[in-house]
Amino acid sequence: MTLLSLDNLTVRRGECPVVDHVSLSVHAGECVGLIGPNGAGKTTLLRAALGLEPFSGASSLASLSAAERARAAAFLPQARQIAWPMAVETLVALGRVPHLPRGSTPGAVDRAAIDDALHRLGLDGFRQRIATQLSGGEQGRVLIARALAQQTPLLLADEPIAGLDPAQQIATMQVFSGLAQEGRAVVVSLHDLGLAARHCTRLILMHQGRLVADGAPDDVLTADLMAQVFGISIWRQDSPLGPVLQPMGVL
Amino acid sequence: MAALASAAALLVAGSADAEAPTRVVSMNLCTDQLAMLLADEGQLLSVSHIAFDPLASPMVEEAAGYEKNHGQAEEIFAMRPDLVLAGVYSDPYTVGLLRRLGVDVVQFPLETDFDGIRANMLKMGEVLGQVDAAQRLVAQFDADLAALGPNGEERPSALLHYANNYTSGDKSLAHQILLAAGFANATTEAGITVAGSVPLERLVLLMPDLVISGQPYPGASRAEEVLDHPALRVLQQKQSGATLTDAEWVCGTPFVLRAVARLVDIRERM
Amino acid sequence: MLLRIWLLTTLVILFALSVLTGPAGLTLVDTVRALFLGQGEAATLVMREIRLPRAILGVMVGASLGLSGAAMQGYLRNPLAEPGLIGVSGSAALGAVIVLQTGLAAAWWLALPMAALGGALAAVMLILLLAGPRGSSLTLILAGIAISALAGAMTTLVLNLSPNPFAASEVVFWMMGSLSDRSFDHVWIALPFMIIGWVLLLSLGRPLDVLTLGEDAAATMGVETRRVRMVMVLGIAACVGAATAVAGAIGFVGLVVPHVLRPFVGARPSALLWASALGGAAMVLAADLAVRLILPDRDLKLGVLMAIIGAPFFLHLIYKTRGELR
Repeated sequence: MTLLSLDNLTVRRGECPVVDHVSLSVHAGECVGLIGPNGAGKTTLLRAALGLEPFSGASSLASLSAAERARAAAFLPQARQIAWPMAVETLVALGRVPHLPRGSTPGAVDRAAIDDALHRLGLDGFRQRIATQLSGGEQGRVLIARALAQQTPLLLADEPIAGLDPAQQIATMQVFSGLAQEGRAVVVSLHDLGLAARHCTRLILMHQGRLVADGAPDDVLTADLMAQVFGISIWRQDSPLGPVLQPMGVL
Repeated sequence: MAALASAAALLVAGSADAEAPTRVVSMNLCTDQLAMLLADEGQLLSVSHIAFDPLASPMVEEAAGYEKNHGQAEEIFAMRPDLVLAGVYSDPYTVGLLRRLGVDVVQFPLETDFDGIRANMLKMGEVLGQVDAAQRLVAQFDADLAALGPNGEERPSALLHYANNYTSGDKSLAHQILLAAGFANATTEAGITVAGSVPLERLVLLMPDLVISGQPYPGASRAEEVLDHPALRVLQQKQSGATLTDAEWVCGTPFVLRAVARLVDIRERM
Repeated sequence: MLLRIWLLTTLVILFALSVLTGPAGLTLVDTVRALFLGQGEAATLVMREIRLPRAILGVMVGASLGLSGAAMQGYLRNPLAEPGLIGVSGSAALGAVIVLQTGLAAAWWLALPMAALGGALAAVMLILLLAGPRGSSLTLILAGIAISALAGAMTTLVLNLSPNPFAASEVVFWMMGSLSDRSFDHVWIALPFMIIGWVLLLSLGRPLDVLTLGEDAAATMGVETRRVRMVMVLGIAACVGAATAVAGAIGFVGLVVPHVLRPFVGARPSALLWASALGGAAMVLAADLAVRLILPDRDLKLGVLMAIIGAPFFLHLIYKTRGELR
C-alpha cells in the first residue's frame, strides 16, 4: 500500500531550488532513511511533503484536509518545542487529538495508544514528570512518543535521534524499524550512516535538493556515492548485527 | 426680563467722574459682565474671550461690541489700559506682571451670596467712576428680587449635580440661587456642606425633588457621562422637569435673577 | 474541576461583597431587600442601577481580559504576552476616544465598541506581523512599547483637542481604567461583543494545547493554523475592545492571572482559558473592591492597583526568561 507519493516536488527559495523535482513513494512496511549533507533539502522535503511549505509538483499528503492528514501521517519536527511545563503523559496524550471528535474525551483506545507510546520509548516511569524539566534527550523521546501516540500509518521524523545517547539512538531506531515490521511506514532523516544501514529497509540520498540515490542500504552507501555526496572516505565492515560504517577522512 | 431691561436703561444713563479711568480692560468673565453693565460708552475697551462663549456668558451680544482678549499680559499691555479688571483667581503671574509694568489692576472677589453681588456691583461702580449707576443697579436688583414673590412654606429639595459628581456646598452662589427660589439644597440638608465630589450612590439616596445638572460642554467626557446615569434618569422622570445650570448661574450679576425666576416657575408647577 | 469550583466560589463571594460595598452606607438587610425585592425606592436605585452593573461589569471585564491573556500567551507560547502590555488595550482606548470626541458614539451606540474593537484589531495584527507567529519576547516587548507609546500619545492628543474641558484630564481613565459610576448602559454595549469574543477564544482550547509543540507539529495534528490565528485575533480584539470601551485600559490582568493559575491546570492552555476567565473576573472584582475600600472618596484607578500587583510579576518573568531575551 502506498502511504506517500511525491511527484516532481520542487521548492524554491527565490530562484534557487531547495528541493529539485523529487519523485518518490513510500509503502507500508518500509523504514526509509533520509540521508544527505547539511543543506541537502531533507527538512524542506519532509515539510513540503506535509504541505507545510509551498511547493510545485504533487504530494499525496498535502492534498488532504488538515484533519485527514493528521490521521494519515504524523510529523516529528527537528526543533524540540515544549512551550509549557506540562506532564509527560499530558504531552503524549496530545497525539490523540486528531482522533477525538470535538468535545469528546479520550476513551480506552486512546489510553491504550498513549500507554503503548510511552512504553515503546521507555517512558513508563516518566508519566507525571514535568517535560520541560527533563534533559534534552529525554524531551526528544517524549516528543517521539507523542508522534507515536498519533498512531498514523506513516511517520515522518526529522532528525529524531540527534542529541540522544548511543543506547537511546539504537532503541529509537529499533522502535522505528519495529513500526515498519508492524506494517506501518517511517521516513526518518538522520546523519548516522551506520544506524541508517542497520535499521532502515531503504535509504534515500539527497544532495543539493536532488534525489541522488534511492534503494536498499547496500546500494546507496557505496564508496563512490559517499565520496561524491559527502566528500568522505568510508570504512565498512559487516558484523552479525549488520554493517558497520565509519566515515574515515575528508577527501 | 425686567432685570435686564432696567440694566440696559442704566447703561445709557450713566455718567463718568472726572478722574474715572478711560481705557479699561477686563480679563475675567464676571468682571466683564459688571463692567459692560456699568461702563460709559468708550470707557471699556476689551473683555475676555469667555464673554463671547454662549455657554458661559449671558452677554454674548453686548460683548460683540468690544475687543476680545485672552487674559495674557502682553496683549493686554499692548492695549495701553489705565485700569485692568480681574478676578481674585485670575492668573497671579499675569496680574503681577501687569502691575510691575505700571498698570493699575483691580481684583474682584468671588460672589458666594447675594450680598456679595451687591458689593461687587458697588465696587465696580466705584472703580469705573460710575457710583450712581451702580447704586441704581443695586436698587433695581433688590426690587426685581422682591418682585419674584415670597417663598412658600414648603421647600422642595433640589440637587445640584455637576460633572464628576461634583456638588456645590453652602458657600456658593448656586446654593443661594436655590434658596432664593424657595428650594432647599438637597446636599447641604444632608450635611454635605463642603463643595466637592460626592459618590453617586449617596446623591441618589437623597431622593431630591429636582435634579439640576451642570450644563454639558461640546465633545464628550466621562466626567459628564455621569449626568446622564440611569439612576438619575429615574429621578428625573418623576419630577416636573429637569433643568440645567447655565451661563446665568456662573457669575454674581443681576442675571442670576433670571435663573431664580426660572426655578420659581418650576417650583410653582411642582 | 476542583480548581473551577474553588474559583467559582471565590467569584461568587467577591461578587456579593462588591454589591454590598459602597459609600451609601446601606445595611445588609437594606441591600438584600432592595436588590431582590425592590423595597425602598432610593436603595433600590442604588443597588440595581449603580452597584449591580458595576459588579457585573467587573466580572465581564475581568473574564475578558483574563481569557485574552491566556489565549494570547497560548498562541504565542510566551508568558510575557498580554494585551495591556503590548498596546492592544491602549489602541482600543484610542479607537474609543476618537468616536467619543467626534460624536459618532453619541449618534450610534455600536460605534463605541466597534471603534475600540477596531483599535484592538489593528494592534494585534501589527504585533503578530512584527513578532511573527512564534512571538519572541524581544520583538514582542519592543513592538509593544512602540504601539503603547503611540496609542497613548494619540489618545492624549485627541483628548487635548476636545472642546470639552473635562476630556483632557481623562487620559488617566483611558490609560488606567476604572469601573466607577458605570451603568447597565455600559453592560449592554459591551456584552454582545464580549460574548462573541468569549465564544471565539474558548473554541481555541485544543489548537492551543497542540500548539505547545510548535506550529509545524500543530499543523500536522489537524490544526488549521491560519484559521486559529484569525479566530484568536478577532476574539482578542472583541474582548479587549469591548472591555476597554467601557472600563478603560486595565493592564496586567491577562499577565498575572494565567501566570498564577498555570501550575494548577498542569500548564494546559485549554484548561487555562477557562481558569483565567474565572480568575480574571475574580481579580478585577477584588481590585475594584480594594479601590473602594482603600480610598472610598477618590476614584482610584483600577490600573494603578493592577500595576502595583502586576509589575513585579512582569519583572520576575523577564528575569526568568532573560536568557531567551538576549
